[in-house]
Amino acid sequence: MNTKKTSLYKLHQDCNAKFVEFAGYHMPIQYSEGIVEEHKFTRNHSGIFDVSHMGQLFIYGGDELIKDLEKIFPLDLKNLKLNHSKYSFLMDKDAGIQDDLIITKISGGFLIILNAACKNDDFKILKDLLNEKYKMDLDENRSLIAIQGPKSSQILNEVINKVKDLNFMSGNWFLFDNQKVYITRSGYTGEDGFEISIPNNFADKLTRELIDKGSKLVGLGARDTLRLEAGLCLYGHDLDKDKTPVEANLKWAISKERISKGDFIGSDIIIKQLNNGVTKIRVGIKPEGRIIAREKTKIFNQSDVHIGEITSGTFGPSVNGPVAMGYVENEFSKKNTKVFLEVRGKKYPASICGLPFYKKSYVKGAN
Amino acid sequence: MSEVKYSKEHEWIKLEGDVATIGITKHATEMLGDIVFAELPEKGSSVEKDGTAGVVESTKAASDVYTPVSGEVVDTNQAIVDDPSKINQDPENSAWFFKLKIKDVSEMESLMNKEDYDKFAKENAQ
Repeated sequence: MNTKKTSLYKLHQDCNAKFVEFAGYHMPIQYSEGIVEEHKFTRNHSGIFDVSHMGQLFIYGGDELIKDLEKIFPLDLKNLKLNHSKYSFLMDKDAGIQDDLIITKISGGFLIILNAACKNDDFKILKDLLNEKYKMDLDENRSLIAIQGPKSSQILNEVINKVKDLNFMSGNWFLFDNQKVYITRSGYTGEDGFEISIPNNFADKLTRELIDKGSKLVGLGARDTLRLEAGLCLYGHDLDKDKTPVEANLKWAISKERISKGDFIGSDIIIKQLNNGVTKIRVGIKPEGRIIAREKTKIFNQSDVHIGEITSGTFGPSVNGPVAMGYVENEFSKKNTKVFLEVRGKKYPASICGLPFYKKSYVKGAN
Repeated sequence: MSEVKYSKEHEWIKLEGDVATIGITKHATEMLGDIVFAELPEKGSSVEKDGTAGVVESTKAASDVYTPVSGEVVDTNQAIVDDPSKINQDPENSAWFFKLKIKDVSEMESLMNKEDYDKFAKENAQ
């Protein structure tokens, strides 16, 4: 299969990107300044991320679609206001997570942002579950550009007027160069920011204008360190089909109203786990000192019993130390529990901690 | 002046008397990206030519550091453990890794000079 290029490929090259193949796309892992600088620039100023590899699924329909989607997602969709977004998951019948996603109510239907590696499977699954009743478009003609960090609101507003009036986790249609762009105030870095769905032919122009206003391109490397510091999960690592939303400590994203009805795919297992507890659960893990515990690192308790595994771990540039998350047996999941991490054959002390590692408040109201 | 030699694993080595100073090359740091962790061999331990003698980690991955010659570790550079970003800043000078009392000077013979190493590094760059 041919590796695909996004509409920003040329711009990435112009900015000296180092490319990696990711989910079938040539994606920039970093630019000339490197992951640490790109990470810090996003936290302190504004970073632009090409996330065009992610799926943009438009599903069109009315009240019947809402009812049908409520059988799939554990969300109170009938009370989701126009242009508001929710974080959710596509689960199998055992409540295993097939993908995590953001769903936004748009005029005439929904826009669902899917992970790149899952999007084609998700499309098939959803099409089957919805019995091909609705028009569905996994739109390859639109790019997705995220701009994240404290200066992003001001910078984007200079290019697209009034965008700074958006509230967190809400969106709207705007015009850029007479093109309809859909912008949500959201992101995956722990910073205030926006995601812009824009026709492919205009993505390069928009991004260059944002760079002119002082933002900088940031690669997937820093996207990973930013999201991990923010305690956010990466599908295929922290989430997969062998983990449920309750085990992933994401029960906040499941609607209580929908649990009381218990009529969505996977609800049996979810309700059982909410009532009876789980055997393993996702936690934050802070290694002592500078040792970095990466994915698949084994976790031991103080009696040297294997109690879990790291699912993501790196060095957090803003925390200025190692950060990790993983799954441990429930009885060892309390904050400040001492554990040991086996790195290169030696065991290093660490402790269970709360998430996120790096806290900054999202903008709730308009500013 | 002693000549600096280079290994295929991207270490540099500078011999003064029977003590060799070893570090990783600028080319290696460019391939690794931002270095955020360094682990060095213990003082007093013995290391064997081409064996592992430390670890460096970038935000992305961990890589072993090898020793291009055998010997006893007589000194290590704690400054790069405390602040690994020094390795990116000055890899072939102040950010040396460890010093060895070398066992067999003839092990130096198989290593590359600067010109050969630069050519080797260029050919091996992605």
